[in-house]
Amino acid sequence: MAFRWSNTLTRADVTPEPIWLNRRQIIAGLTAAGVAGSLGGQAHAAGEDLEPNSFEDITSYNNYYEFGTGKGDPAANAAALDTSNWSIEIDGMVDKPGRYTMADLTEGLTEEERIYRFRCVEAWSMIVPWNGFELADMLAKAGVQEGARYLAFETVVQPENMPGVRRKVIPFPYVEGLRIDEAMHPLTMMATGIYGKPMPNQNGAPIRLVVPWKYGFKSIKSIVKISLVEDEPPTTWNMLNAREYGFYSNVNPEVSHPRWSQASERAIGGGLFAKRQETLMFNGYEKEVAALYDGMDLTKNY
Amino acid sequence: MIDTLNTTLRKLPAWTLYLLAPLPAAFWLWQGATGASGPEPIKALEHSLGEFALQLLIVGLAVTPLRKWTGLNLLKFRRAIGVVSFFYVLLHFLTWLVLDMSLLWGQILGDIVKRPYITIGFIGFVLLIPLAITSNNASVRKLGARWRKLHKLVYPAVLLGGLHWVWLAKGWQVEPMLYMGAILAILALRMIPKPRKRAIVA
Repeated sequence: MAFRWSNTLTRADVTPEPIWLNRRQIIAGLTAAGVAGSLGGQAHAAGEDLEPNSFEDITSYNNYYEFGTGKGDPAANAAALDTSNWSIEIDGMVDKPGRYTMADLTEGLTEEERIYRFRCVEAWSMIVPWNGFELADMLAKAGVQEGARYLAFETVVQPENMPGVRRKVIPFPYVEGLRIDEAMHPLTMMATGIYGKPMPNQNGAPIRLVVPWKYGFKSIKSIVKISLVEDEPPTTWNMLNAREYGFYSNVNPEVSHPRWSQASERAIGGGLFAKRQETLMFNGYEKEVAALYDGMDLTKNY
Repeated sequence: MIDTLNTTLRKLPAWTLYLLAPLPAAFWLWQGATGASGPEPIKALEHSLGEFALQLLIVGLAVTPLRKWTGLNLLKFRRAIGVVSFFYVLLHFLTWLVLDMSLLWGQILGDIVKRPYITIGFIGFVLLIPLAITSNNASVRKLGARWRKLHKLVYPAVLLGGLHWVWLAKGWQVEPMLYMGAILAILALRMIPKPRKRAIVA
């Protein structure tokens, strides 16, 4: 079921580009009711004054260590990523394990545009207009079984195309995880595009996770495998440095990170003299997701 | 070869370095203001200034080993290199303070105290302050032997500077490690006794 969540931001907030004009008409026709509903004054996390970053910003300032550690490295090197014949292997506690092609994964689902805040653990942020699907809808295709409590995700490894993998900057494949209720949350999406264009390689083509209330490294790119499991799966940055990167890694201005104060952030695209801005609890999605963590000590479960 | 180079360099006054010194900073600032340094110009500027400061500190430290091992004499330029490197460290610090941290003093002090890579970078900067203040003939005369002793602070300062970068990088990154390697190599060279043959030539 699509459109469980809707932006207060309208498409008018997105920098106009001819390519979306077509899409916009189609989508407007298809979902007039849904859009009207969202205009009905629902209080949502994404503030009205938020304006998405430019396509240029979003695609030229990335962390994708498989292509190098510099922010410009992914844009410079990711053209080599081979995304042809992509499939995701879904295994573990599912009714229908196996390889799912992109067509299998998206068949019958409605693509949505979601304008989300994106907050990196390095204390910078962007606003990204993603295109994609709710993860819950995709998982339904595989039939999640009762006992599954966590999801483990894995990024593709193509040593011949990935200079960072050859240099072994961090262990690869990159792995991430979510608790099942986090994965099923309507905000959690599998994105296949930005600004109505296919996902650029440096942003995690052809399909990536987007969990807007968590630090960016949780939103794993170029996914080739999803396992439904019983126990909390290992995650890359947590394995590298458990003190700095917790399994949950929810955006939390009150829980300071050993490297970066998380109280404030730099919004990318503001130029040389833009001021830092305050970081919001759960990256501004507190109303939607706080209940997932009721009774949990977020200082311990950072 | 070295002799011709030394003769040429002798004709070049040390103050030319002070004239050239602001150019890189001005260039990076211009790049940042025009968007030429990417979507995050503040980090880019901060990084360029810091990296250049470290390069200058390394060059300054290389003056003695270069003379010892190759006969190249850059001694005349060492003070200017040192002073300019301090100003780049200062600009790096100010960029962090004003542009990056927006003068949010609570977070700034918290960062200096709580985040080890910022702590050591800050200590390195503080260690260089007395060196910059005493980089003049009057201080050399006044302090005498103590001046030499005082200026040995540049060793811990540059080590802290190198470590500051290694530590702030996520994972093990090549570039900061190369700088750290260069710093350690140069410091090690200073500990190896002077080769006899070169000593005569020099």
